[in-house]
Amino acid sequence: MPDSASEPFDLTVVGAGCAGLAGAVTASELGLRVCLMDGSGQVGGQFFRHPAPALGARRPQALHHDWSAFATLRQRLETGDTHRLLRHHVWTVTRESGELWTVHAVAGADGDEERPVRVRTRAVLLATGAHERQLPFPGWTLPGVVAAGGAQAMLKSALVLPGRRIVVAGSGPLLLAVASSLAAAGARVPAVVEATGYLRYARHARALAANPHKLLEAATHGASLLRHRVRPHTRSAVTAVHGTDRVEAVTVSRIDEEWRPVPGTGRRIMCDALAVGHGLVPQIELATALGCATRRTTDGTHALALDGLQSTSVPGVWAAGETGGVGGWQLACVEGELAGRAAAFRLRGTPMDAARVRELRRRRDRMRAFADAMAVAHTPHPGWIDWLGDDTEVCRCEEVTARRIREAAADLGARDARTVKLLTRAGMGWCQGRMCGAAVACLAAGAGDGDIPPSPERRPLAVPVPLGVLGSPAEADD
Amino acid sequence: MGNSSDVIVVGAGVVGAACAYYATRSGLSVTVIDRGPVAGGTTGAGEGNLLVSDKEPGPELELALLSTRLWRQLAEPLPLQIEYEAKGGLVVASDAVAMETLREFAKRQEKAGVLAEEIPADRLADLEPHLAPGLAGGFHYPQDAQVQPALAAAHLLRASGARIRLGEEVTGLLAATTGEVTGVRTTTGTVHAPHVVNATGTWGGELARRAGTELPVLPRRGFVLVTEPLPRVVRHKVYAADYVADVASGSAALQTSPVVEGTPAGPVLIGASRERVGFDRTLSVEALRRLAAQATALFPVLAGVRAVRAYAGFRPYLPDHLPAIGRDPRVPGLLHACGHEGAGIGLAPATGVLIAGMLSGAELPLDATPFSPARFAEGSGPAAP
Repeated sequence: MPDSASEPFDLTVVGAGCAGLAGAVTASELGLRVCLMDGSGQVGGQFFRHPAPALGARRPQALHHDWSAFATLRQRLETGDTHRLLRHHVWTVTRESGELWTVHAVAGADGDEERPVRVRTRAVLLATGAHERQLPFPGWTLPGVVAAGGAQAMLKSALVLPGRRIVVAGSGPLLLAVASSLAAAGARVPAVVEATGYLRYARHARALAANPHKLLEAATHGASLLRHRVRPHTRSAVTAVHGTDRVEAVTVSRIDEEWRPVPGTGRRIMCDALAVGHGLVPQIELATALGCATRRTTDGTHALALDGLQSTSVPGVWAAGETGGVGGWQLACVEGELAGRAAAFRLRGTPMDAARVRELRRRRDRMRAFADAMAVAHTPHPGWIDWLGDDTEVCRCEEVTARRIREAAADLGARDARTVKLLTRAGMGWCQGRMCGAAVACLAAGAGDGDIPPSPERRPLAVPVPLGVLGSPAEADD
Repeated sequence: MGNSSDVIVVGAGVVGAACAYYATRSGLSVTVIDRGPVAGGTTGAGEGNLLVSDKEPGPELELALLSTRLWRQLAEPLPLQIEYEAKGGLVVASDAVAMETLREFAKRQEKAGVLAEEIPADRLADLEPHLAPGLAGGFHYPQDAQVQPALAAAHLLRASGARIRLGEEVTGLLAATTGEVTGVRTTTGTVHAPHVVNATGTWGGELARRAGTELPVLPRRGFVLVTEPLPRVVRHKVYAADYVADVASGSAALQTSPVVEGTPAGPVLIGASRERVGFDRTLSVEALRRLAAQATALFPVLAGVRAVRAYAGFRPYLPDHLPAIGRDPRVPGLLHACGHEGAGIGLAPATGVLIAGMLSGAELPLDATPFSPARFAEGSGPAAP
């Protein structure tokens, strides 16, 4: 903790998942005064989400293969003197002067005694993770359709299943993990529906061979699925959901190379829930609002462009984990540690342990190569648009249908997500396009000739902020 | 002649769309070129205000009154999606002194043709039930209206029937040896026309330079706060009397005065901040704080409502606060239609009518001399600070 309220922290870490935890404990152990902030009430982020103590779970680690790694990080955090600000929702970061930043947050429970908090700091590490990419399809708004990652989060934090017979669908390595956790928790999983063929990984044999732990992970999930008699359907997609008040069945169709459904291949599978997701999208709003440069990832999302020591293009702002491209928790830990070391060197001149940094960078590069190879395989292909009926809602917050987006593109000259938003309100609602953004961008790009490069949106408010909080003079550091 | 027409309009914002619309209706063939998408600049960052209430008697007010009539006519052929709403404005005064200033201002406006009705303090709640208690009174301006600016521009452009070339940037003008404009050079080729209209808003100065002339357009940044969707809690466009003074000011420092309005889609929009900081989109927490504080002071009920979004826009500002509408004094064939500051949506149709009239030789509905770009040419008098 700073000696006085007016003295800034050395490093403020936003996000207490694997990357943020590793960054915070590393920097703190190297002598920096560190503040760690997270919107949740506990550390661990999405991957190591676990039940609140009040639920009385006796073995929170039961749903995690790698609990010991997390337990070690948490132990280091608890024995160190990192200042923790949990239940703090960061809405923006601003630069006060060359070497001084302010992190603006809303503290307090939802709607209950929310108050503004301002943390002054000499540097920032953004470890804000990712959110799930959703692609709409007919019926996706029916109760019982849940996000795949969301289903796993509910299971990990509240020990709740979204249904008894759950189809898991979409694309990406997360699906196998979700299916195996749901099955292990007692749900029937009649099918895992994956849009790509796993054989595609074989095209990146070198990246695979260099990452044996990933193969082991896949094999573990695979074995678990076999044990629970879960049938994988590759090169397939859920193209319709059936039911009146909630999900009763789904139609699974074969899809071709371009992800267009193959006519006549639809099969109904009875279920009472559908957990669906198409990979993860880096959550980079705080960084893009600061003007940090981004790069286009191999699966068509935007991630922060980072240098060899995790620095963004804005000096004083580092990033680690999924913000720099989705790659999983082990990569996040490595990057968090690298960023922590880099920050300690920059701010305090703490000499870098060259051998350790070399080792970390080697591991990071290897895991990044693997993640990129996986991402290529799971990139949505443009044919998914054919799943959509004209009346399929693409933006759920503003109830904007595919027809209206197509009209905005064809008739009114919208050729990028921002213009579609201005002309249809798609993405203007509560979620600010975090849910529909990817789909809207695809629909708009499909209509234009693509000569306006899509850019990540600048969203100055990373989370909604009550006007009463926004308007009150912020108290100095918490 | 695939790439030639009578007029090239550079800029697919609302002013460019209006110029294209009225030019094609006077029988001219028009090509609209923009380096970005439709409504990608200041149009897409505005609130869509069609105001007479904030304008002093003078040339701009005349332009606004004409535009008010034209927008009402346009609302007929254009689809409902443009969200034209003749909701009226309500200007409120916090104390007796401000009320007296407002009264005097309204009296002068009425002489110029503005409708304004004094609302005593005890009747404010009839118009706006959620207004804070303790205000001294206000004025209701029934001619104030609103559109959704991006949709209005897109539908106006579509209705114009003009040829539209998006994602293509104008890099310079083509001219005959005699100096007359013959078209434009773009990033992908050339387009021919004897007339070029500069409707590039805040970037009007840059286009003028590319055309070999000058126009002193500067950006004046503003932030808008957008709340979560609400049932109608704010019925009019409501603003405090200080807004008028801020609009007329030339100061570079941050100024904020509360402008609060509901939209048909539900969110409440909160403006207005002004500062001259170049094209810097960096969030100003201080600007947002003041906007939020002032809006909740006017409407205490908003304190518990969440802002979900904030965005910056750049008003195209000319030193004397009047737009440039008319022929460039140096480049024959080049016309300017930019520099409308924060009133571009409101002033677009009248600007379009003037430009179309100048191109076709029709009689102009009002005296356009005060808007002539020639006023910025060397030796034509001092510029305002």
